Amino acid sequence: MAESAIDRSRMQVTDEVAIQISGMNKWFGTFHVLRDINMSVMKGERIVICGPSGSGKSTLIRCVNRLEEHQQGQIIVDGTELTSDLKNIDIVRSEVGMVFQHFNLFPHLSILDNLTLAPIWVRKVPKKEADEIAMYFLEKVKIPEQAHKFPGQLSGGQQQRVAIARSLCMKPRIMLFDEPTSALDPEMIKEVLDTMIQLAEEGMTMICVTHEMGFAQAVANRVIFMDQGQIVEQNEPREFFSNPKSDRTKLFLSQILGH
Amino acid sequence: MTELSYVRTEMLSPQKPPASETGIVHWVRENLLSSWGNIALTVVAAYAIYIIVAAIGPWLYRSVWNAESLQDCRAIIEARFGEGKTGACFAVISQRWQQIVFGFYPRELYWRPMLTLVLMLVALGPILFSWVPRQVLWFSITFPAVAFWLLWGGTVWLPVMILLGFVLGYVAFRLVSQFNGLAGAVLAALVPVLWWMFLCGAAADAAQSVVPIALIKLGSDQFGGFLLSTVIGISGIVFSLPLGILLALGRQSDLLIVKTFCVAFIEGFRGVPLITLLFTASLLLNYFLPPGTTFDVILRVIIMVTIFSAAYMAEVIRGGLAALPLGQYEAADALGLDYWKAQRLIIMPQALKISIPSIVGNFIGLFKDTTLVSFISLSDPLQVVSSIRANQEWNGIYWELFMFVGLLFFIFCFSMSRYSRYLENKLKTDHR
Repeated sequence: MAESAIDRSRMQVTDEVAIQISGMNKWFGTFHVLRDINMSVMKGERIVICGPSGSGKSTLIRCVNRLEEHQQGQIIVDGTELTSDLKNIDIVRSEVGMVFQHFNLFPHLSILDNLTLAPIWVRKVPKKEADEIAMYFLEKVKIPEQAHKFPGQLSGGQQQRVAIARSLCMKPRIMLFDEPTSALDPEMIKEVLDTMIQLAEEGMTMICVTHEMGFAQAVANRVIFMDQGQIVEQNEPREFFSNPKSDRTKLFLSQILGH
Repeated sequence: MTELSYVRTEMLSPQKPPASETGIVHWVRENLLSSWGNIALTVVAAYAIYIIVAAIGPWLYRSVWNAESLQDCRAIIEARFGEGKTGACFAVISQRWQQIVFGFYPRELYWRPMLTLVLMLVALGPILFSWVPRQVLWFSITFPAVAFWLLWGGTVWLPVMILLGFVLGYVAFRLVSQFNGLAGAVLAALVPVLWWMFLCGAAADAAQSVVPIALIKLGSDQFGGFLLSTVIGISGIVFSLPLGILLALGRQSDLLIVKTFCVAFIEGFRGVPLITLLFTASLLLNYFLPPGTTFDVILRVIIMVTIFSAAYMAEVIRGGLAALPLGQYEAADALGLDYWKAQRLIIMPQALKISIPSIVGNFIGLFKDTTLVSFISLSDPLQVVSSIRANQEWNGIYWELFMFVGLLFFIFCFSMSRYSRYLENKLKTDHR
């Protein structure tokens, strides 16, 4: 993943806001899991969120498409505020794609049906057109020959690429990645990261929770470090890795990079 | 080269297994004679099979299919095989099978249940097998009304008007729900109920007087035997599955009232024996209904059996739902599918697949439990058998009749069981 190999021509951060989170708090029961989160994500930004387990990083991105509900503050995604209004939630969810740690493909459907399901039932795309879109994105993640197999017949890396393609079929404006490579064998991590880099090169707005620091350095334009439900430090990747400011960040980086 | 180093210079191609690993000899050795204990069990089992066959074989061999009475039978057997010999007297079945199958249904109208059976197989086609054209589903939806008309007879307009109630509900829903979803849902339930309660009968009468189409009307007391069991059993099966699904979903709902109602319903009906419910259906329900309502007894039994079975079904399906990883719900949500679409396309197909063995087990149980209706003096097949045995000609016969009834039930239940195996294999996509 040499940095030089990446085409940066379309990786441009605009001054249009994609996601605006202000004064956001969330509790699980009595546990204060996210504390006073303030961040804005511009269109075209590629943000990597890292931090120790239990720091709230997954919960944060799950709040962005309302898989988790926040109790205080404001989250505005692409101009739509997330409230308990189901209509707004559905709008946001169809604009925001999400990739999970454990892929969460639908095991009872073929790969092609996994990809066409949401376009057909949510976007009301005709079946034939949905098939074409699905094949286009399967080509893109380089596994068109698997279209008629079932998820259980694919390797972990292939499943995760299908999951990415499934999100892309909804033509999302923002992609969320929740530890997309943590459940994969070392050999398969690369193929998934390559797909994500390709996506970044096309100018997709991305928020990735990941510990792949190589990926962060190569693609991200901002790295956010979280601990105990708070944003502890954020910076552009080169500064973040070479010159961390807070002691907590230094400790974390020394632990994950130290061996 | 050190001792630890090794390099293969030539790859081996696969060879045939030795003869002792294949063929019948291998199978016998592996399955029947693999150890001394196993050999002993094989010998004992073979002896047990011999005893059973030796006892039943001659009895079946000396069977008689044509006779007027049990005495007749015995005389024929003794004449044919010698003094003191006994044999099966299947003549009772060739004489009385119609009664066991159709109960007291008028003989000249047997074509009606037969036709219903054929139409039922057509209606089940698209539900059971994916290769049947989807258009047949429209017939499947109207089949309950068709079956009702064919079996009970009367004017054709009554089932038509009952179906019209559903159509009216749908139309009301479409018209109103674009302005207000909740009002639409309420009207979708309210309009058909009001229609059925106040207008349906009158409309059917009016239509009948204009265009009279009717079959000879039969009362529920003319139903009996296997026909009765099938009507109750299949209706129970068909209606309890959707009701069970709704109850299972309701039990998991975030809405407190829905959840409480479903829990109370499930636990209430599961906690009561079916016979109690059947007695309620036959006796008590009359006290609660407005005076003068005639509410068919078979219909009441079907409602009770459905409710009873749905309560079990709900718990079976809840088990299937609990077995699904949370990630499936999240993936469906993240793709923007709403609750009902997620349930229909993602959650239920998988939950039902997991529950197939238990669901079919419940169906089989329900079907066999229909014999309990004899307690509220409906003539199930066993009741018919008793009445045949009470006849002078057949007094003293029992094995042959019960074998026949058992065979009919077995055919039905075994087909369900085979179908469930077929379905499980067909839906197997996890490639374990």
